[in-house]
Amino acid sequence: MRFQRLALHAALLAGLLAALLALAGATLNAQVTNDRLLHAGREPQNWLTYSGSYSSQRYSTLDQITPGNVRNLEMKWVFQADSIQKMEATPIVVDGVMYVTQAPNDVVALDAGTGRIFWVYQYGVSPYARVCCGQVNRGLAIYGDTLFMGTIDAHLVALDAKNGRVLWDIQVADPKLGYSITQAPLVVKDKVVVGPAGGEYGIRGFFAAYDVATGKEAWRFYTVPGPGEPGNETWAGDSWKHGSAGSWVTGSYDPDLNLIYWGTSNPGPDWNPDVRTGDNLYSCSVVALDADTGKLKWHFQFTPNDSSDWDSAQVPVLADLDWNGNRRKAMLWANRNGFFYVLDRTTGKFMRGSPFVHQTWATGLDENGRPIRPPGTQPTVEGTKLYPGMQGGTNWYSPSWSPHTGLFYVAAWKDYYSYFSKLPTAYNEGQTYFGGATKSAVQPIRRGPINSWTDVAGHGEIIALDPFTGKEKWAFKMHDVTDSGILTTAAEVLFTGSREGYFWALDARTGTPLWHATTGGQISSTAITYMVDGKQYVAISANHAVFAFALR
Amino acid sequence: MRRKIARVLVLVASALTSLGAAPPLLAQQHGTDPVELDTGARIYSATCSVCHGPDGDQAGGVELKKGQFRHASNDDELARVIQNGIPGTAMPPHNIGSGNLVALVAYLHAMRDFKTKKVALGDARNGRGIFEGKGGCMACHRVNGKGSHLALDFSDVGSIRTPSYLEDALLDPQSADLPQHRFVRAVTRTGDVITGRRLNEDTLTLQIIDSKERLLSLTKAELKEYTIEKDSRMPSFRDKLTDSERADLIAYLVSLKGAANGGEGRGRGGRGQ
Repeated sequence: MRFQRLALHAALLAGLLAALLALAGATLNAQVTNDRLLHAGREPQNWLTYSGSYSSQRYSTLDQITPGNVRNLEMKWVFQADSIQKMEATPIVVDGVMYVTQAPNDVVALDAGTGRIFWVYQYGVSPYARVCCGQVNRGLAIYGDTLFMGTIDAHLVALDAKNGRVLWDIQVADPKLGYSITQAPLVVKDKVVVGPAGGEYGIRGFFAAYDVATGKEAWRFYTVPGPGEPGNETWAGDSWKHGSAGSWVTGSYDPDLNLIYWGTSNPGPDWNPDVRTGDNLYSCSVVALDADTGKLKWHFQFTPNDSSDWDSAQVPVLADLDWNGNRRKAMLWANRNGFFYVLDRTTGKFMRGSPFVHQTWATGLDENGRPIRPPGTQPTVEGTKLYPGMQGGTNWYSPSWSPHTGLFYVAAWKDYYSYFSKLPTAYNEGQTYFGGATKSAVQPIRRGPINSWTDVAGHGEIIALDPFTGKEKWAFKMHDVTDSGILTTAAEVLFTGSREGYFWALDARTGTPLWHATTGGQISSTAITYMVDGKQYVAISANHAVFAFALR
Repeated sequence: MRRKIARVLVLVASALTSLGAAPPLLAQQHGTDPVELDTGARIYSATCSVCHGPDGDQAGGVELKKGQFRHASNDDELARVIQNGIPGTAMPPHNIGSGNLVALVAYLHAMRDFKTKKVALGDARNGRGIFEGKGGCMACHRVNGKGSHLALDFSDVGSIRTPSYLEDALLDPQSADLPQHRFVRAVTRTGDVITGRRLNEDTLTLQIIDSKERLLSLTKAELKEYTIEKDSRMPSFRDKLTDSERADLIAYLVSLKGAANGGEGRGRGGRGQ
């Protein structure tokens, strides 16, 4: 009894301390230390990394906005970017200040409660920058008082978070060869980790870590192994030289295992696998790297010898699950190839996997999670029809894992196909390296009315998956496809956007729509939530503006 | 039907980033925008067809429809050839804005899938008489301010459609029926029936131009029922017109090039079209 009371007191004291710490964080503008990054969940008023925390669950414990009151959300402010490129960035929020990027590579510091601007940093992009899919940037990392941004001409820039002045600026790779950086970097300990995109330009992908203070390179891991390195034998001839396997969505970190996890893009050329027979490691994979050395601990390849442009450019979601009575450190991954995987993130071992959308390219996965691919599923000159289509069953838009509901939420493209055709190709420096083409009934981006839809085109759905069975618990169906990720909260509210421009709040248990706002532009990003002056906000970028909502 | 859609929705595998000048096409995320192809067709008609001809085969030794270009091995180079011309040849430089350049390159690729058959063209003046009289076309279509808004405005149909496409559309309307021409039949809670052409649709709403030429926005949740019709409402003219009347009508349609030219500053046409 006495012991229980003591424990109660201790718990109360700990709670009080945590509350005080949170308050201190909010008022003292303390620097973003490693400890704060490691325990981002303790300060839900902030959003400190691209995915909200190292485990990348995009789950917040803020619970002021509930299914019961979400209909009382109203717009508090809008920030209109000085750019007409779509915003794919997730803002970060640190102690009442929001940092967001506007295309191509400007950084804006805003008051998170009013949207008023503190400062704007404008980066001069090299005219040699080559990006396949829009001059986009997906966000920033912060450490101490320093912001980090990758640029579309493959630089990594460190800025003073108080005034936007450049602290250092290094070239990560040569933009003339098609290297670019579109993803938000990830700070781990005293290093900032990033990797280049360029899967359509025959780059040689890598991840590299740079000293946060100086920008000096600490380690580099090539996602395409060179001669003599394990995995090089999975590339025919010299094809490894332009094997691509870039990256364009931020990875995750497990501090207990000291492992960084990151997804890699398609091999090059995209649609002609004839010139690169073999599995093409480590394309279309997740790699687990030692955070201190960059050494490969394990890898898991979702799509060997990919010929569909099915990047594994998804966020690795780290979740701890009770698996047949054992606590397992797991990784949840709904892949562009249409399969939902659960992996053991300590070893990289396959735990289970099954399709989450209609797919016709594999008869299933074997006991190691390798797809079983029947004949007739590779691109041809005339075109091969496959489900899912080129954009995949899902793509780069973040999923969410709610430890509260035990469900994994994915923005899926259902009943969607493409014709994949291959063409002869040769590598030319800095030029696109496709080796084919695809066609589908879905438009790449929405710029006008949605009136070209047919029942065969496919559509978007937000789906809730049970990680133990892979089964869909519920689905929220949209008319158009969607390019927006998912945020969930402890109050069981799910936020997501859509190409149609609707910003949705759904009931995370049932998928029932609870509220929506019309933003008037395609949403190609994921919502965040944070708190300023005791008020919970949700913010989403749509087209080229950021909208912030809070309760009336 | 799907085959027909695929014919029009030709995807272009290109990333056009010449020196950062042009907004890139979407390699990781390509698909095809039929409105973009129409924009490309307009630019082609206004800029290229004078020398290359409507089917891309009139300039000596050049066959644009083949999709292979002597001076360009990829889309970046093709865009540069269009912008800079080819020194020492009749191909001049063209000042085409980056967005339109993307649309034009998309159209050049799409030409590969266009039919090559030659179509007889008759007398355009007679054709106009048929369009406005016997054919009854103006009950739905509109040309230069006359006729109905219900179906497509044909004021510049000669710039965006080839004679063979128009012939197919007259003989077999389903073959030319694009999803963006679908009709909607909606029943309101009070039992009123509304029909019209779909201009836009999302998860919650529908925007249409109805049979009374009103622009209406309908909330799906407030409708008793609604259907998106799968078949074209356009009647076949196979038996309604003689071969020579049809040739006259096609000649008239092909002559409709719109009031403005198809170059920079024209805008992108009606997005609902």
